[in-house]
Amino acid sequence: MPILETQELTYVYSPGTPFEKKAVDNVNISIEKGEIIGVMGHTGSGKSTLIQHFNGLLKPTSGRVLLNGRDIWEDKTKIRDVRFQVGLVFQYPEYQLFEETVFKDIAFGPKNMGLSDDEIKRRVYETAHDIGLSEELMERSPFDLSGGQKRRAAIAGVMAMEPEILILDEPTAGLDPAGRDKILSHIKAYHQRTGNTTLIVSHSMEDIASFADRILVMNDAGLFCFDETVKVFSRSEEIAQIGLDVPQITRVFDKLKKRGFDFGKEVYTVEYARNLLLKKLAEREAR
Amino acid sequence: MLRDITIGQYFPGNSIIHRLDPRFKIIMTVLYIIMLFAGGTYIALAIGAVYTIIAVALSRIKPKMFVKSIKPIMPFLVITALINLLLISSGDIVWQWKFLKITDVGINTSVFMILRIILLITGTSLLTYTTSPITLTDAIERLLSPLKKLKFPVHELAMMMSIALRFIPTLIEETDKIMSAQKARGAEIDTGSFMTRARNLVSILVPLFISSFRRADELATAMECRCYNGGSGRTRLRQLRSSARDYIALAVTIAFLAAAIILSKI
Amino acid sequence: MNNIIEIKNLHFSYEPTSENENPPEVLKGIDLSIKEGEFVAVLGHNGSGKSTLAKHLNAILLPSQGSVIVDGIDTADEDKLFELRQRAGMVFQNPDNQIVSSIVEEDVAFALENLGVPYEEMRRRVDESLKAVKMYKYRLHSPSQLSGGQKQRVAIAGIIAMQPKCIILDEPTAMLDPSGRKEVMATIKRMNREQGITVVLITHYMDEAAQSDRVVVMDSGKIVMDDKPEKVFSQVDVMKNIRLDVPQVTELAWELKKAGYDISPEIISEDECVEAIIRLMSEN
Repeated sequence: MPILETQELTYVYSPGTPFEKKAVDNVNISIEKGEIIGVMGHTGSGKSTLIQHFNGLLKPTSGRVLLNGRDIWEDKTKIRDVRFQVGLVFQYPEYQLFEETVFKDIAFGPKNMGLSDDEIKRRVYETAHDIGLSEELMERSPFDLSGGQKRRAAIAGVMAMEPEILILDEPTAGLDPAGRDKILSHIKAYHQRTGNTTLIVSHSMEDIASFADRILVMNDAGLFCFDETVKVFSRSEEIAQIGLDVPQITRVFDKLKKRGFDFGKEVYTVEYARNLLLKKLAEREAR
Repeated sequence: MLRDITIGQYFPGNSIIHRLDPRFKIIMTVLYIIMLFAGGTYIALAIGAVYTIIAVALSRIKPKMFVKSIKPIMPFLVITALINLLLISSGDIVWQWKFLKITDVGINTSVFMILRIILLITGTSLLTYTTSPITLTDAIERLLSPLKKLKFPVHELAMMMSIALRFIPTLIEETDKIMSAQKARGAEIDTGSFMTRARNLVSILVPLFISSFRRADELATAMECRCYNGGSGRTRLRQLRSSARDYIALAVTIAFLAAAIILSKI
Repeated sequence: MNNIIEIKNLHFSYEPTSENENPPEVLKGIDLSIKEGEFVAVLGHNGSGKSTLAKHLNAILLPSQGSVIVDGIDTADEDKLFELRQRAGMVFQNPDNQIVSSIVEEDVAFALENLGVPYEEMRRRVDESLKAVKMYKYRLHSPSQLSGGQKQRVAIAGIIAMQPKCIILDEPTAMLDPSGRKEVMATIKRMNREQGITVVLITHYMDEAAQSDRVVVMDSGKIVMDDKPEKVFSQVDVMKNIRLDVPQVTELAWELKKAGYDISPEIISEDECVEAIIRLMSEN
C-alpha cells in the first residue's frame, strides 16, 4: 500500500470570484514508503499548493488525499494529527523561529503533540544532532545563529515531530554552495537513519539529481511527469522548455548526442560523466 | 484566506468621477458632509440624496457596492435608532409599555439620523471607491502642505502612509505564510481553547515583528541609497492638474450646499 | 581607460559594542581597481566579506582604514554623498524591501524625485529606464502583482534612471527562481553592453560569475583570485578548497586532464566542452 496517494486532486483558489484560478488540476500520484522524491516546477506551477494538501493545510476542492490508505479529511477533527504525520518545512523556514532558545523552538512541534518532557528532550537533541547543530547552541537565542544555522534549526523543528513523511519546500533557497551541500547531506543522512519518506521541492535538478529515487514535475497546475530520475532526465529538453534548470552536464551530453556522439545513457552528474568518458576513451585506445 | 481581503476598496475605472482631481474630490466630500449636517432638515437631506444619486450614477459603480458598504454599520444604525426612539420623551406618546415609551419626535429623529448616516457613508464611500489610496494620500499631502510652514510633518506623514500602503499586501502574504508554517507544527490558531489560541498567537506575532523590523531596516538603507533626504526640494512624477471640469464640479457642489442651507431656513 | 573604482588597502571592522569589545576584521586589506565599462563579478561564500565590500562602494559603510574612491569621489566625503550615490547605484538582494511605492513607475521615479529632477525630464528618464529593463508595459502595476524577477528589474530601472556610471548589485538573484535569475542576468548584461554602465555583481552563483569579464574571488576578508572567469574556474582545487562551485563543464575538463587527457581546463561554456569532447573522441 502506498504511504501517500492522491486521487483526482483538484484545488481552485478563490472560487466564484473574478480571481478564480485552478492551482492543482486532477493530479493522481502515489508514493511508496521510504522513497526520496524530488518535486519540481516553476513558480506558479502548482507545486506549493500541491504539497500543502499532503498535510491538510489546504482542503481539496475535489478529489482525495490518502495517507496510509485513509482519506485525511475523513474525520475533520483529526486533521491536526495528519500534520504530525506529514511534516512540512516551508521555504525560508528561518523566518518562523520565535522562541527564546533554540531548544524551545525545536520543541514547539513535539510539545503541540502533547509528548512527555523526557520524550521531547530526546527528540530535540536527536534531531539537532542529525541536522548538525551542536548541543551548546540549544540554549542560545535562535536569532543569534548564523543564516545557515537558523535554517537548520527550523528544519529540526519539523523533524523533531518524527513525521512519517518529511516535505521540504526549497530547503536550499538563497544559500551559498557550502550551505546548500551541508543541508542536503544532513537531510540525506536523516533519511538513511530513519528510513522515512522524503519529498524535496527544488528549482534545480542539479540539487536533487544525485539522490532522488523519483522526480515529480508540475507544470501549469497539472502533473507533467512522475517517474524515475533517469527517465525524467531523458526528457531534459522538454523540462528546460517549461522553465526549469537542467544540469549543465546534461545539456552538454544532449548536444553531443545531436552531433552523433550518443553515449546511450542519461548523464546528470559530473562524476558519472567523467567515468563514462574515461571508459569510452579507454575503449577507443584499446582498439 | 487572508490574502482575499481587499484593502482600500478602490474600484479602478475611468468615469468622470474617477478622473476628477483628488484634491477637489476631498474638498467636495467635506462640503457634502457640511451639507448633511448644516441644514438639519429633511429638505437638506433630500438635496443631499439627489446630489449622491447623481454622483453615484456618474461614477458607474454598481449601486450594489454602496449597499455593501452600509452592511457593516447596520448594528450601529440599529443601536442609534433604538437609543433615539427610547430616550427621547418629548412629543406625543405613540406607544407605551411600562416605563418604555415611544414618541412621534423620537420616531422622527430616528428616521432622520438613519437617513443621514446612510447618506454620509454612501458619499464618503464614493470618494474611496473612485480614488486609489495612494492618490488619496498624495492629495491629502498637497492639501495640507500649507501646514508645513507651521512645522507640521506633512511630508513625513504622507510618506509613512504610502509606505504602509505599499507593504500591506506584502505583510498579509507573510502573515499567511507564517500561520501556515506554525499550523504545520501543530499550532492551533483557528481551533482550540481561547488560551491555547492566545499562546499560539505569539508564534505568529514574534516572527512577523522581527521580519517587519528587518524590512524596515533594509528599506531605509535602500531609500538612502536612492538619495532620499526628506521632503525638501522634492519634485513629483505624479502631477495633479485641475481643469475646468474640477471647478465646475466644485461650483455645482457649492450650489447644492447653498440650496440645502437656504431652503432649510425658509 | 579610467578606473572608476579605486580601493586601496581597505580594512573594515564593525564598531566595538558592549557585547563584543573586539569585533573581528571583516575586510583585511583589499586592493582593487575597476575600469570604466567593466563587468566584474565578486564571488565568495557567505561571510567571505563580499557584501561588506559592496556596501563600501556606496558609502553605506566607511573604511576603518584605507580608502575607497568611486569616480573620483572619496566615499568618506560626506558633502558629496548624494553625488556618489547617484553615480554608483546599488541594487539589493530582497526585491520586496527596496521598492518604496505602490506603483511601478513612481518607484522608478523615487530617486529622481529626491534629486529634484524637473517633471518633463523625469517623465522621459522613467520611461526610458522602464523600457531598458523591459518593464514599460507594467508601469502602472502594483509591485505586489509582479514576480521576483520583475520586481528586481524594477529596482534596476530605479537605479538606471539616475543615469549612474556604475551599478553595484548585492546578490540580486539569490531569492529568485531560475527564470527570474535569467531575466535579471540578461538585464544586467544588456545594461553593461548597451549603455556602457560598469557592473559590479556580488554573487555566490558561479554560473553568473562565468558570464562576466572578470572574476574577483574573496575568502575570509581577502581577495584570493582576480582574473578572467576561465582562468579562475580552471583552478578547480583552489575553488573547492574555499567552498565554491565551478561550472560542471570546467570540473569535467579538469577531471579528464587529471586522468591524463589533452584537454584545456579553461573551459567554461557548454559549447567549448562539447567541441573538446568531440576532439578527444575523434583523435588518433
